[in-house]
Formats: sequence, C-alpha cells, structure tokens
Amino acid sequence: MDAVFSNFDEYLKAFSLTIALFVVSGIGALVFGTILASFRVGPVPLLRGFASLYVTLVRNTPLLMIFVLFAIGGVRIGWNFKFVEDIEVFGWNASAFFVRSCIALTVYTSAFVCEALRSGVNSVDLGQAEAARAIGLPFMKVMTLVVLPQAFRAVIGPMTSVIVALIKNTSVAAAFGMAEATATMRIFTNNNADERLGIFLMFAIGYVVIVEVVAFSSYALERKMKVAR
Amino acid sequence: MSAGVLFDAPGPRTKVRHRIYGVLALVALVALVGVVAKRLYDYGQFEYSLWEYFVTPDYLRVIFSALLDTLAMAVFAIVLAVVFGVLFGIGKLSDHVWVRWPCWLVVEFFRAVPVLLMMIFFFFWFSIGGGPLTPFWVVVVSLTLYNGSVLAEVVRAGINAVPRGQAEAAYAIGMRKTQVMTHVQLPQGVKMMLPALISQMVVALKDTSLGYYITAPGLTYAYKIISTEGRNHIPTAIVVTALYIAVNLLLTWLATVVQKKLVGEKKILDVPAAGAAGDASSGAKVG
Repeated sequence: MDAVFSNFDEYLKAFSLTIALFVVSGIGALVFGTILASFRVGPVPLLRGFASLYVTLVRNTPLLMIFVLFAIGGVRIGWNFKFVEDIEVFGWNASAFFVRSCIALTVYTSAFVCEALRSGVNSVDLGQAEAARAIGLPFMKVMTLVVLPQAFRAVIGPMTSVIVALIKNTSVAAAFGMAEATATMRIFTNNNADERLGIFLMFAIGYVVIVEVVAFSSYALERKMKVAR
Repeated sequence: MSAGVLFDAPGPRTKVRHRIYGVLALVALVALVGVVAKRLYDYGQFEYSLWEYFVTPDYLRVIFSALLDTLAMAVFAIVLAVVFGVLFGIGKLSDHVWVRWPCWLVVEFFRAVPVLLMMIFFFFWFSIGGGPLTPFWVVVVSLTLYNGSVLAEVVRAGINAVPRGQAEAAYAIGMRKTQVMTHVQLPQGVKMMLPALISQMVVALKDTSLGYYITAPGLTYAYKIISTEGRNHIPTAIVVTALYIAVNLLLTWLATVVQKKLVGEKKILDVPAAGAAGDASSGAKVG
C-alpha cells in the first residue's frame, strides 16, 4: 500500500478521470436514452423500429467492441476528434481519447437507459394515460406531463443498476489510452510487483466507495420520490 | 402498460403527420448511414483485399477456434459462477451472523469492483512470469467471481420468493433446516432463477471480450491478430462484433424458450446490481 500512499496525488488524479468519464457519459446516456425510450413507445412506427433495433444490437455487443469501433475504427476513417483539444474551457480541455471514450460509453449505456425507462413507462398505471387522453392531451403532453414524471420516479432502482454498471464500465477505457483508475493500477502494479495485493485493494476500494455513494444516494432519492399506489 | 395506451388511434390528419415524421426520420437515418458508408469508401475500407481474410480458410479457422475459446471461457465461468452463487446466496440467508456477514461482504465486494480490474490483478499475481494460471483461466476466475456474486443475489431473491408456507410446512413435517433448503426451497427457487441465470450467460459471454487487455484467447484476441496482420481494423471489428451479436441473440432466444417452458409468462427476477442500497434487508424484489 506504500506505493499508493506515496503517490497519492496520482491515485486521486486517476479516480478523478474515472469520475469525469462517468459524469460526462452518464449525462450523455441519460439524454440519448430518454430520447430513444420515447421513440420506442411513440406513435411513429419507423422510429419505434429504429429504437428497438438499436437496443437489440447494442445490448448484445461487448462494450470492448464498441470501444474498438469508435476509438480504433473511427480513427482509421479520419474521425479522431482531435479538434476538441483546441477547445479550452476555464483552462481545462478534454483530450481526443477522453471524447472517444465518452462516445463509446454513451452509445453503450443509452441502450440500457432506454430499456430501464421503458419498463418504467410500463409500470405507470393504465388509468393515468387513459385519463390524460380522455381530457384530450396529445402524445407529447401525455408523455411529458403525465407518464414520464411518474416513470422517472418508478425507475430509480433499475436506473441505479445502469449507472453503477457505467461506473464499472469506465474501466474499459484503460485499454484505449485513458490513464484512469484501472490503467493506473496496472502501472502501479507493474512498478511495485511486491505490493500488488495492497495496490489492488486500494483501487478496488476506490471503486466501491464511488459505487456505494451513488447507490445510497439513489436509495434515499427512491424513498423520497416513491409514488403512492 | 403497453405502448398502445399512450396515444389515441390516429385520425386522418395525424396519420399524415406521422407519415411525415416517418419520412423525415428515414431521410435522417439514410443520410447518417450514407455519411458513414461514404467515409468508409473514401478511406478504402471496402476494398476486397481487406475483406479477403474472411473467405480464406486459414483465417476462418482462426476465427472459429477463437469463437470456441470465447464460448469455453463463458461456459466454464458460468458453471463455476453457479456453484459460487448457490454457496454464497444460501450463505447470505444463513441464521448465523458469522456466516451471513462474510458472505455479504464477499458478494458486495466482487459486485462493485470492475471485472477488468480483477483480471489485471489476477493476471499480474497468478499468470505473469510463469504463474499457475494461464490468461484463459484468469478470465474464467474473474468472471466467476463477478457473475457468481450477481447470481448469489439471484439465488437469494429466488429462495425468498418461494412462499413462506412451503418452508413452514416442511418444518412442520419434521424436516431439518438443511433438508428444507435442499429439498423444498432451492428446487422451487431454481425454477424462478433459470431465466435470470441464462441472461447472466449473455453478460459473461460479453465480458470474456475483456481478455483483450491481458492477451487471453477469444474473439477479441483474434481481432487483435488479424487486424495487426491485415491492417483491416474496421472489417475485422465488424465481423467480430457480428459474431458476438449472433451468439448472444441465440442465447437470448434460448432463454425465452426455457422461460416459457419452465416458468410460463411470469416476470424474470429483478435483481438490483452492485451495492444497490438496502438489498440486504429489502428481501425479495420479485414481480
């Protein structure tokens, strides 16, 4: 463990990169996944078909292959996202590796967000949608005013599973040039082979802490938002 | 609620509007596919020399044996994970604190740690420099620990979902605690666990791909070899991805058949993922 404590700033830096990957792709996946879910339950057949095809394909593809397609394949056809390295916000700028990793994670996680939300929509009481239609609301208003607010509340549990999976999935970015926690652990272990158990435990604990923080706050949220039925 | 309840049956004007949306969406999708296809074409990704590898018998053999490796890793991992899951799932239900608590700790730990992190750790500890485990078994062990922990939750939820009266009746006719578990609760629980178990196989199969990072055999390793040799990263990635999807769809189909046969149309067990708070106390979360 000495290796970790004497390089503690590197340890923190690695986990802040993990958290950055998680936050950016988490927001991306929530937004894109919600759009997909509303396609999936919406009245336009083509969009319904597209969303369900997307979910089926992405859910059955390993995340690693999605990373390969976007981070290695993309670069081969000139989509390397180098341009983001010139954009600076408050003295901070993202690397092209970071953007490619976030895209892969977003593409993968959106499919699971979509599925979670759809099951949430299914759990909303039938009468709610019928009542909304009876007073003449069109589809968009039925969704935004009546169904989605209740679906979001019902879906906090399954959505937490998706988000927790995303936290752990950020580790795959280690294989594609990001020095986040998992890649940093590999470097630490390489340099201090005699301390590998301590190093592993320290990094594992880092992930456990992030996962538990997210899980417990979602549990609190779930209890607060619970719909009385 | 099915999607049909969310909107009225469209009238003539709405039908026209939906058709317009449909056409717009189609144009957008075709444009998207077109842009990607043009890009691929411009960078010469459709050239026969890059795809030739997938009609050459020698390379097909490489891919086929890689597919077998992937399946073998997944099968070993899932069989061992079932053993692990049953042991720790029952352990978590034990009446003894000193059994329950360590089981809880082990399950929570391995569910919260990324599989890749475990793989790298085991790789460095047991594999590198002539250790006892080959990368193949490093992948199997890591996947066993992770999927086993998930299955422990499935087992626990499945047993909890068996109506309490079953166990009470068994006690009433004088069965011992172990007998109640092995003769009454577990057999009934297993029926409910089966679909969740098979869908966990899809997860295990997908995760074997992570062996890429520790040079374990399997489809991703075949990708690495062929794309390095042929410099055809995109075609190889497409073929390998298609293989994964095909195998997983087959598994999912199997899961549906098994579920219909054994469980009827009941809902699959809903097991919260790693550390979903309060799952030690919340009991069965079963639909």
